[in-house]
Amino acid sequence: MITIFNRRQALAAAAGTVGALLFGVSSRQALAKNDAEEVIKKFTGGKTPTPGRVKLDLPEIAENGNTVPMTVAVESPMTPQSHVTDVLVVADGNPRSGVVTFHFSPASGVAEANTRIRLAATQNVIAVAKMNDGSFFTASKLVKVTIGGCGG
Amino acid sequence: MSVKPRIKLDKKEAKKGDIVEVKALVSHVMESGQRKDSAGNTIPRKILNRFICTVNGKEVFSADFEPAIAANPYIQFKFRAEESGPVVLTWIDDDGSRIVGQETIKVT
Repeated sequence: MITIFNRRQALAAAAGTVGALLFGVSSRQALAKNDAEEVIKKFTGGKTPTPGRVKLDLPEIAENGNTVPMTVAVESPMTPQSHVTDVLVVADGNPRSGVVTFHFSPASGVAEANTRIRLAATQNVIAVAKMNDGSFFTASKLVKVTIGGCGG
Repeated sequence: MSVKPRIKLDKKEAKKGDIVEVKALVSHVMESGQRKDSAGNTIPRKILNRFICTVNGKEVFSADFEPAIAANPYIQFKFRAEESGPVVLTWIDDDGSRIVGQETIKVT
């Protein structure tokens, strides 16, 4: 019994390793997916945001996921005729995708904000900006996290 | 709970149309609701979920915070100086309590 059990375990482990080697990257990405896509869809009303105009500033490597500085800036004249109204930030590998939503107005002068966020693991941070004319722009950045920031 | 936020404006006096930068830091645990205590019970969520800045009573910037905002939340943003008046920063807790801080901007 014991030997069979061990052999099964060994086989399972071997299969798992091969699987992980073959599909490591893709399966990890699949596992990392939370409701980020749905949250973005809800925010844009189903529209696909255009890449560009949004600048997302985060470190390449975050040693401590408990506090990661993040700056979001959107190119816009910020006049009553043309301005950014909202910027949604999501993280696709956190237990919950939502990070923050900034609300701007022409009185903001510049569509730029900085805060410190938590990242549980290495993942993509995605910012989607909504313009007053109903268009959407986006940017994303992969952040490598050494120590996760969501506690046990 | 008397938490005093730390607020800094990059200038106290500005010309009309100038961009003023605001930096603010407030003490708060921002308990995510994901953590467990030593007995394995989930620690209930308790965060500041909303931040609003008004200048002379007009909202210039606001934000909705999720549990992914780090403890002792820091926020930095800008506004266009239009008229002199109080710059009021308000954070709203999950329990409904508010943390309020104030500075003054003089527009010439």
